[in-house]
Amino acid sequence: MYITGRDGMAVVKLDSGYNIGVPPASCTLTERAAPVPPMQTDVVQNKNLPTLAIVSTGGTIASRIDYRTGSVTSQFNANDILTAIPELKEIANYRTIPLATILSENMTPAIWQELARAIYAEIKNGAKGVIVTHGTDTMAYSAAAISFMVDTPVPIVFVGSQRSADRPSSDNAMNAACAAAAATSDLGEVAVVMHATTNDDTCAIHRGTRVRKMHTSRRDAFRSLGVDHIGEIEFPSRKVTLADDAVRRGTRSLALHDALDPRCALVQFYPGMSPDILKAYEGYHGLVIAGTGLGHTSTTLIPQLKHLAASGTLVIMTSQCMNGRVCDRVYDTGRDLISAGVIEGGDLLPEVALVKLMWVLANEMDRKKAAAMMQDDLKGECMRRSAHGL
Amino acid sequence: MDYKALGLVAGIEIHQQLDTKEKLFCHCPTTVRETKEHNGEFSRYLRATVSEMGEIDRAAREEMKHDRKFLYYAYDTTCLVENDEEPPAPVNDEALSVCLTIGKMFGMTPVPQVHTMRKLVIDGSNTSGFQRTALVAFNGSLPNGGQIETICLEEEAAQRVKDEVFSLDRLGIPLVEITTSPCMHTPEDVQKYAEYIGMVLRSTGKVKRGLGTIRQDVNISIAAGARVEIKGVQELDLIAEVVRREVQRQQSLLAIRDELRKRGACVDATTGVDVTGLFKETKSTVLKKAKKIHAIVLKGFAGLVGREIQPERRLGSEMSDYAKKCGVGGIFHTDELPAYGVTEEEVRYLRSHMHAAEQDCVILVAGANEKQAACAISQVITRARLALSDKPVPEETRKMLESGSTAYMRPLPGAARMYPETDVLPVLIDDARWDAVVIPELLTAKADRFVTAFGIERNYALQLAASEKLPLFEQAVKEGIKPKLATFTILSTTTELRRDGVDISKIPDQAYLDTWHAVDSGKAAREAIPEIFRSIAEGSSFSDAISKLAPAVSREELEAIVKKIIADRSDFIAQKGKAALGPLMGLVMAEVRGSVDGKVVSEILKKEIETVTTPK
Repeated sequence: MYITGRDGMAVVKLDSGYNIGVPPASCTLTERAAPVPPMQTDVVQNKNLPTLAIVSTGGTIASRIDYRTGSVTSQFNANDILTAIPELKEIANYRTIPLATILSENMTPAIWQELARAIYAEIKNGAKGVIVTHGTDTMAYSAAAISFMVDTPVPIVFVGSQRSADRPSSDNAMNAACAAAAATSDLGEVAVVMHATTNDDTCAIHRGTRVRKMHTSRRDAFRSLGVDHIGEIEFPSRKVTLADDAVRRGTRSLALHDALDPRCALVQFYPGMSPDILKAYEGYHGLVIAGTGLGHTSTTLIPQLKHLAASGTLVIMTSQCMNGRVCDRVYDTGRDLISAGVIEGGDLLPEVALVKLMWVLANEMDRKKAAAMMQDDLKGECMRRSAHGL
Repeated sequence: MDYKALGLVAGIEIHQQLDTKEKLFCHCPTTVRETKEHNGEFSRYLRATVSEMGEIDRAAREEMKHDRKFLYYAYDTTCLVENDEEPPAPVNDEALSVCLTIGKMFGMTPVPQVHTMRKLVIDGSNTSGFQRTALVAFNGSLPNGGQIETICLEEEAAQRVKDEVFSLDRLGIPLVEITTSPCMHTPEDVQKYAEYIGMVLRSTGKVKRGLGTIRQDVNISIAAGARVEIKGVQELDLIAEVVRREVQRQQSLLAIRDELRKRGACVDATTGVDVTGLFKETKSTVLKKAKKIHAIVLKGFAGLVGREIQPERRLGSEMSDYAKKCGVGGIFHTDELPAYGVTEEEVRYLRSHMHAAEQDCVILVAGANEKQAACAISQVITRARLALSDKPVPEETRKMLESGSTAYMRPLPGAARMYPETDVLPVLIDDARWDAVVIPELLTAKADRFVTAFGIERNYALQLAASEKLPLFEQAVKEGIKPKLATFTILSTTTELRRDGVDISKIPDQAYLDTWHAVDSGKAAREAIPEIFRSIAEGSSFSDAISKLAPAVSREELEAIVKKIIADRSDFIAQKGKAALGPLMGLVMAEVRGSVDGKVVSEILKKEIETVTTPK
C-alpha cells in the first residue's frame, strides 16, 4: 500500500507492516484506499469530580502521526486525551481549549498573552485547576510568563512529554496523570509537572519561575534551580505532597495583567564578544545579559552598555552559572558595570529575567521603579537568601 | 509419522547477532556483561500505543492485561539510548553492510530505500516498548528449492534476568532476521535448512558465536491445525524435536475437540463464581494466600483438561498460560485434584457447590484481588471456548520450554504492530553500494580448499571451518605455520585441555601463533604445547611459559645430554641394541623437559646408539 513520498522515493507498506522505499515509477495505481474515519470513542466523564481546564498549545501529549494524511492528528478534544490516557477520567472531568498547535520553539510573547487570557477565563468560569500542555523546549519560559501575568487562586500546571506520545514508553501518560493530580491538589500557583527522575515513580512540581530544562532528552530534564522543587506526585498512587513554601490554593485572588513589552532581549556574553553585537539592541527597552561568574562582561563592552543604559534601555545582569547570585561589587569590572547603569539581577535565571523584564516594562513606566521591581520578588522568582544551591 | 499426509508446513526465522564494533542505533560496544556488574537501575511502565492505522495490536493488548513495572539494569557499557532517554543514532553502517553481504549470499534483491520501523513489543524486553527493525532485502534462494522471503536488520532485545527484571547490555546489539518461506515439510527438513543458513551466516566471519547469539523461531502448522510461531529455539539439535512435538500438540488438540463435541461439552459460564469462602481453612498455600478465588464449570471437559497434548503439557497448561496473562500464578483443575494441598473433601465440596456433574471439570483461579481473579477466569473461558471451536488450535506465539515442548506467550501479532521509526532517517541502497558488496567464501567451500591445499582430512577440515578459531588458522597459514600443526592444536590439543578443566578462553590468539613459531624454529617441542598453553591459561605470559617449560637447548647441549645418557647405560644398550631407542627417548625427553622436538631427539639418539652398537 502506498503511504507517502520521501526523498524522491515512494514509501510503500507491505502486508507484513514493514515500510520500504521504492522508485515511484515502479508503482502502479490499483485502487485508492478507502478513507478511514478517525477513531472516535465516546468517553463518559464523571461530573461529580472537580472540573479542570486543559489548554493545549501543541504539545505532543495526545497526538500521533497519521501517515495517510502525513500530518499530526490535530483534533484535540477531551475524547482524544481521555482515550489516550484513560486514568485521567478517575481524577477530574475536563474542558478542553485548543489554543494553538505549534512546536514550542515557535512560541511568542503574543501567544503567552493569549494563553494568559484563556487561562484567566477558565478560572473565572469555575475551573478548579488548569493544565497547559506544552512542548518542553520553551515550557519554562511560558510558565514564567504566566506566573507574572496571572494571579491565580488555583493550580496552573504546565505539562509535556520528553519521549514522544507514540511510543509505549512515553512519559506523557504518567506526566499527564500527575499534572491532573497536582491541578486538583491544594496548590495555588503556576507550576511545571514532569518526571522527577528517570524512573516512572515520581513527578516533581516545579515553581514556574525557578524551573529550567536541563537535559535535551531525558524524562527528568526539568529541574528547579537554586531552590528545591515545591512538591511531588507519587505514581501510580498519584499522592501529592506539597512543600511548606508552596503557595496554597486560595491564597491569591484571581487577576489578569496581560501586558508585555516584547522589545526586550537576552544575550549571552562570551570571551572576545564584540561591542558591535550590543549595537543591535539600540532602541530596545530592556536587555538581559547572561554574564560570566558573579555577573561580568569584558571591560571592552562597558562603554556600549553605558551608552545603552543612558539611552533608556534597562540592562539587567544575570549569570551563566545558573546557580548562585550576581554580585557586581566584588571586582572592578563589576563595579564599573554598576556605574555604567547595569542593574544586578540577583539570582534570577537569565530567561526568567527576560520574561519578567517584558512584563515589568509593560506594567511600570517609571524606569527607576521598574529597576527596583526587577530586584523584588514577585512570584517566587528571586530569593532574599541563597540556599545551598546545586 | 507421515508428515506429508498431515500437511505439515514449516518455515523458520533465524535471528543471528552480528559481531560489530558498536550497537545498531548507538555507539555502545556490543559487549555482553555479567548482571552483577550493573552500575545503575531504573523502573518503567509500558502501555500499548495505537498503530499508524489507528489500531492496537492484539499481541500488545494481551501483554497489557495487567500493569507491570519493569526494572532495568544499566552498565558502564550502555547509554541513554538503551535507557530510552535519547533519540537513536543513525543505522550502524557496519551492521547494514554485513546484512547486505548476507542478502547477496542468498541471491536476494536489496530494498532501494531502507526504512526503520518500530515493532511494538511491550513485554518489557525493550525499554522503548518497540524493537527497531528494517527490511533490507527479499527473495532469496536456498538449496533444494527452499526460499528466503526477507532479511531484516533488527536491534536485539534486553535479556530477561528474572520476572520483570531486564539487563540492558544485550539491548541494541545488531541482529539479522532471516525469514524463510513455508517451504519445509518434515521435522528433518527444518533442521537441515537451519543448519545451512547458520553455516552461511558464519561464513561472513562477522557474526557472534556462542549460546544465545543465534536463535531460531519456527512457524509450524498442519492441515487441520493453525500457524503457530515458536520462539527462541537456541539449540539446533532440538529443532526437529520441537516440530515433532508441535505436530503432536496440534493433533491432540484436534482429537480433544472431537471428543468434547461427541460428549456435547459446552462452556456456558460467562463469569466465575466467588468460592473464596470454601477455602477458608485450606492447607493449600497458594489458595490460602489468595485474596479472591474464582471457579467455573466446564461441562463435559472432565479428563480432557488433564490429558497430555505433548510431553509434560496438558490442555490445562494452555488454560493456565492464558490465565497467567492477568498476573495469577496459574490455575487448578479438578482433573488434577486432590493435590497441591487441596483435599479430597474440598474437591467434593467444590464440585457440589458448583453443581458439577461427573463429566464436568471445575477450574479454580487464585487472585490477589477481584479484578485479577475475574480477568484470569475470563481468560480460561476464552481458551476453553477455543478448544471447542472449529479452530481448536489457536494462532499463537509460543515459547520453547527446555525439553522441546512449548508454552503460550501471546496471539500472533498482526501488521498493526508496525509503526515508522520517525527518529531514524531512511538509507538509500543504490546500485554502486550493492555492486561493491563482496561475497565471502562459504565455510563448506573453505573446508574443501583445506582438504585439497593442505591435505587435511575432510572431517577435520569441516570442523576447522566451523570453528571460532578459523580466522586464527588462516592467519597461521599465512604466517607460514604448518597447517597440520595448527589444525591439531586447534581441534585436538585445546579440546583435551578443556576436558582437563583448563580455561582455554584465557589463551590469546597471539599466544597460539607465538607457540607455533617457537615449535617451527625448534625453540619448543610439539610435545610442550599442552604445558605451555596450560601455563598461559593460568596467567603466565608466553615468554615466561616458554622459558619455564621449554628452556632453549642447543644442538650441542642436546648431543652432550644424549651422549651422557648412552654412556651411563652402555650395558642396557649392549643388551637391547636398537630396541633401546624407545626407553632412552623417554629419559632424554624428561631431561630436556619438552624443549626440543621429539623428532630431533630421536634422530640424534638413533645416530648415537648406532655409533656405540656398530662394531668398530
